[in-house]
Amino acid sequence: MKIIVIGNGMVGHKFVEELVAQQNVAADVTVLCEEPRPAYDRVQLSAFFSGKTADDLSLVTPGFFEQHSVDLKLGVGAKSIDRTLKTVTTTAGETLGYDKLVIATGSYPFVPPIPGKDREGCFVYRTIEDLEAMTACGARSKVGVVIGGGLLGLECAKALRDMQLQTHVVEFAPRLMAVQIDDGGGRVLRSKIEQLGVTVHTQKNTVEIVAGDHCRHKMKFADGAELETDMIVFSAGIRPRDELARACGLGVGERGGIIVDNHCRTLDDDIYAIGECALWSGRIFGLVAPGYEMARVAAKTIASSPSHDAPQFTGADMSTKLKLMGVDVASIGDAHAATAGARSYVFTDERKQIYKKLVTSEDGSLLLGAVLVGDATEYGQLLQMMLNHIALPSSPEFLILPAADGQTRVGLGVDALPGSAQICSCNNVTKLQLCEAVGAGCTTLGALKKTTQAATSCGGCAPLVTQILKAEMKRLGHSVNNHVCEHFAYSRQELYHLVRVGRIETFDALLSKHGSGLGCDICKPVAASIFASCWNDYVLTRDKAALQDSNDYFLANIQKNGTYSIVPRIAGGEITPDKLIVLGQVAKKYGLYTKITGGQRIDLFGAQAHQLPQIWSELVDAGFETGHAYGKAVRTVKSCVGSTWCRFGVQDSVSMSLTIEHRYKGLRAPHKLKFAVSGCTRECAEAQSKDVGVIATEKGWNLYVCGNGGMKPRHAELLAGDLDDATLLQYIDRFLMFYIRTADRLQRTSVWRDNLEGGLDYLKDVIVHDSLGLGAELEAEMAQVVDSYVCEWKRTVEDPEAVKRFRTFINADGGDDNVVFVEERGQIRPATAAERERPEFKGVAVVAEPA
Amino acid sequence: MSTLWHDVCGVDEIWPNTGVCARIDNRQIAIFRIDRADGATEIFAIDNHDPHSGANVLSRGIVGNLGARTVVASPIYKQHFDLATGDCLEEPSLPVRSYAAEINDGRVRVCV
Ligand code: SRM
Ligand SMILES: Cc1cc2nc3c(=O)[nH]c(=O)nc-3n(C[C@H](O)[C@H](O)[C@H](O)COP(=O)(O)OP(=O)(O)OC[C@H]3O[C@@H](n4cnc5c(N)ncnc54)[C@H](O)[C@@H]3O)c2cc1C
Ligand code: SF4
Ligand code: FES
Repeated sequence: MKIIVIGNGMVGHKFVEELVAQQNVAADVTVLCEEPRPAYDRVQLSAFFSGKTADDLSLVTPGFFEQHSVDLKLGVGAKSIDRTLKTVTTTAGETLGYDKLVIATGSYPFVPPIPGKDREGCFVYRTIEDLEAMTACGARSKVGVVIGGGLLGLECAKALRDMQLQTHVVEFAPRLMAVQIDDGGGRVLRSKIEQLGVTVHTQKNTVEIVAGDHCRHKMKFADGAELETDMIVFSAGIRPRDELARACGLGVGERGGIIVDNHCRTLDDDIYAIGECALWSGRIFGLVAPGYEMARVAAKTIASSPSHDAPQFTGADMSTKLKLMGVDVASIGDAHAATAGARSYVFTDERKQIYKKLVTSEDGSLLLGAVLVGDATEYGQLLQMMLNHIALPSSPEFLILPAADGQTRVGLGVDALPGSAQICSCNNVTKLQLCEAVGAGCTTLGALKKTTQAATSCGGCAPLVTQILKAEMKRLGHSVNNHVCEHFAYSRQELYHLVRVGRIETFDALLSKHGSGLGCDICKPVAASIFASCWNDYVLTRDKAALQDSNDYFLANIQKNGTYSIVPRIAGGEITPDKLIVLGQVAKKYGLYTKITGGQRIDLFGAQAHQLPQIWSELVDAGFETGHAYGKAVRTVKSCVGSTWCRFGVQDSVSMSLTIEHRYKGLRAPHKLKFAVSGCTRECAEAQSKDVGVIATEKGWNLYVCGNGGMKPRHAELLAGDLDDATLLQYIDRFLMFYIRTADRLQRTSVWRDNLEGGLDYLKDVIVHDSLGLGAELEAEMAQVVDSYVCEWKRTVEDPEAVKRFRTFINADGGDDNVVFVEERGQIRPATAAERERPEFKGVAVVAEPA
Repeated sequence: MSTLWHDVCGVDEIWPNTGVCARIDNRQIAIFRIDRADGATEIFAIDNHDPHSGANVLSRGIVGNLGARTVVASPIYKQHFDLATGDCLEEPSLPVRSYAAEINDGRVRVCV
């Protein structure tokens, strides 16, 4: 069967994914994608302004089209459809035949016919190209205006403000977000947004745009007022792209939109329309979740015969929750109390700027809608109550009233929800599916997201998903799953507390008090790491050496042939010529392979265990310290050259990176920790890929946290901005200790953050606003570690008992003659098995022991 | 080939719950000292050669127990070997040899 899909937007792509997942269709799929890149996440489009790249936003798993032999025509649009011949002609001039045609052309931004609308510096907000053009113009502008105060308009206003523009929103209606929220909510939203420095103009009708006196443009309004601005973004609604359908005689609605039935079929049985271009039951759905549902329905209909067995599209809920410039706004169901007999309950707190409204049925038994502004904690609960027709308590007002102690009441437990309740509307995941996944072993939010896809799109359902996860774990008696191993019936976090509170300092004590058996290679390193984080004792004492992971065991990184590598600390990547010479001399003397690492330091490879103390005593004498490349510990602080030399630098990034590295060196943690400091926003130190990233600003430092390179890169997020030196270190102290306290074994800060309930806001509360009152305690714990730092290689080479442990043989001198090298590019490398088997093989002699 | 008892080192030279490597007749033997909670000290001996990585490293692994078995985890790819039998728990087709070992008068002896 030949299938052509017109449009590779969010919905069109979802359709292709759903189609190839159907077992019973052998389809030959062609996708016409007018944009220069395949499907990306339009919902997250604004993230482009906070550093996400087009690649980050991509919705296409690498290799998807190739793997499923889908013919993707990039940059090629559909020009016309011939329904009689069943062909589509493309903008590239090709004519392609189809058995089934799917139109997923989305919509275009509506630009009111105002004279001057086409002037340079006027934009719409729909594609990555639009954003690129806005960014370029933003850099040359001081003032920006968004025409349209709806959902998208406000999101766009935030983008302009983030570009440091003086930002205005011009709205025709008397309030913001007129469709979703009522007057009371609109008032609170407006004052919140104005507090953030955005000027709001309501009831303003733009009649003309002309050249400005001080700025690029002057906007003229019907009431005679004027506003000067450098750029204008139109966000005055969307219109379905139904031009192809019109031209080939498919039915379209009076105000546009391709008419479809419950199977998303148009008037022509072989043509489907899905997403924002489709008109179902007289309605267009401008959200992605209903579009995804249409994609599923269309894919299943095409794959199943007879088609009446296929699922049907039966409309969608348009409730939304979003955060606009840090302000929570939610609208559920009948927000305007338009239903006959509807009754409302309203709560306003003008001081805290919170507005909440419930709309119930006449008898107060059912929830019909709600508006939440300033605090949308109850969104998930209320939405579920409405969707599942759950009977309201006798005094529904308590669902939105703050409790006497200031804490908001929890309205209903997730237990009350039926299994069929749709928890994630973006990805159509029900409570039952979530519970089943938990039962099958998804016991972290991360695992649950990966398996079910819930909470992976807009993220609005994440709190509810977390609650269900917890409730289900509890029901299954599942807390078992976070036990470290068979020897301890505790999670890492619990063990940490037991150690700290009980002042436990040895593994024997921990085992006899809280565990059983001998321990193993899982719990021993966990215990060693906790002891080190809490008490910072030397890791190779007689009672601790046996707990250390293979690398900590010899304070070096084990290599594939059993030799070790040596990475001295080169704080901030700064090194004197003399020290460089020492590294060269030592490497030469011991015949070591040398390489510059990805962490701005130098790695010396190929030493045997018994050589390590000799090599290190030379390095220690020359002033080097251990680099902890072997430990789940602070690794490197990468730095750029900063204001000292660089013509763009605004702060001394090298000094700051040295301060940070020397402060936290030696700190052991659930996983390795990497830092970076950049001297200006050009970010040459790549701080946003680190666990802790610091970027200089004119006024101080921006602190980013929870970034990651490695297998699953994640951009760090801004925790706090424009900090002075002392506050910067104070926040890093708190952040690191809070992570060490609460993370799981081998969990990088990025993964920890993804599993942190409450997300970035919660982290900010704890670290910046000290909401748990832990700040001083965390700082004191860090102070203890900082004050007790001793270089563990210095300590080792000075301790004859410790040095003895490094002998390769307990009963003989010398090394392992199984270790053989060959020469390559002037240095050694381990011989491969194949090389060693050759009869003529001759390895490079292992360098003679130094005199 | 005949097997002989070899004197290796004093018990105290091996730190509790760690391993060391002994060179005996040009073979590398990993020797482990296990101190149990009841105060008993036991000695185990297996090959030092790790069949999974091809490196001579087993003496440097972390010891412990998995269920009833006393094991060492290879420091390279973390497979577990039963110290008493040399069995590899993850991949039974790649075991190592185990050797009789004992403490005699404060000295560790291995039969190779
Ligand atoms: C030596 C070095 C490669 C090099 O020649 O450049 C290296 C080598 C190793 N890396 Fe790395 N990584 C090195 C920089 C990096 C970087 C770059 C950086 O730090 O800027 C990254 C990506 C950044 C990041 O971590 O977010 C990196 C991401 C990893 C990962 C993936 C971590 C993740 O969260 O996905 C692992 C695996 C792990 O830790 O579980 C890893 C693990 C390893 C191990 C420890 C693998 C192993 O167990 O043998 C390698 C042994 C180091 C050794 O023998 O000395 N290495 N590794 C670099 C040492 C830097 C240093 O000076 O200490
Ligand atoms: C900034 C922004 C924020 C948003 N935020 C949210 C949100 O928070 N929540 C939410 O639910 N929704 C949000 N939306 C709406 C959401 O993005 C859309 O509902 C969704 O993208 C619709 O998908 P679609 O595939 O129907 O249309 P689109 O994603 O627009 O895809 C249509 C594609 O078809 C292509 N096309 C059109 N005509 C042709 C042709 N003739 N030939 C070939 N290709 C063609 C277009 O170029 C486009 O790539 C937001 C939208 C924007 C712009
Ligand atoms: S980040 Fe800025 S200060 Fe640092 S080197 Fe790059 S351009 Fe210069
Ligand atoms: S509802 Fe959007 S991700 Fe779940």
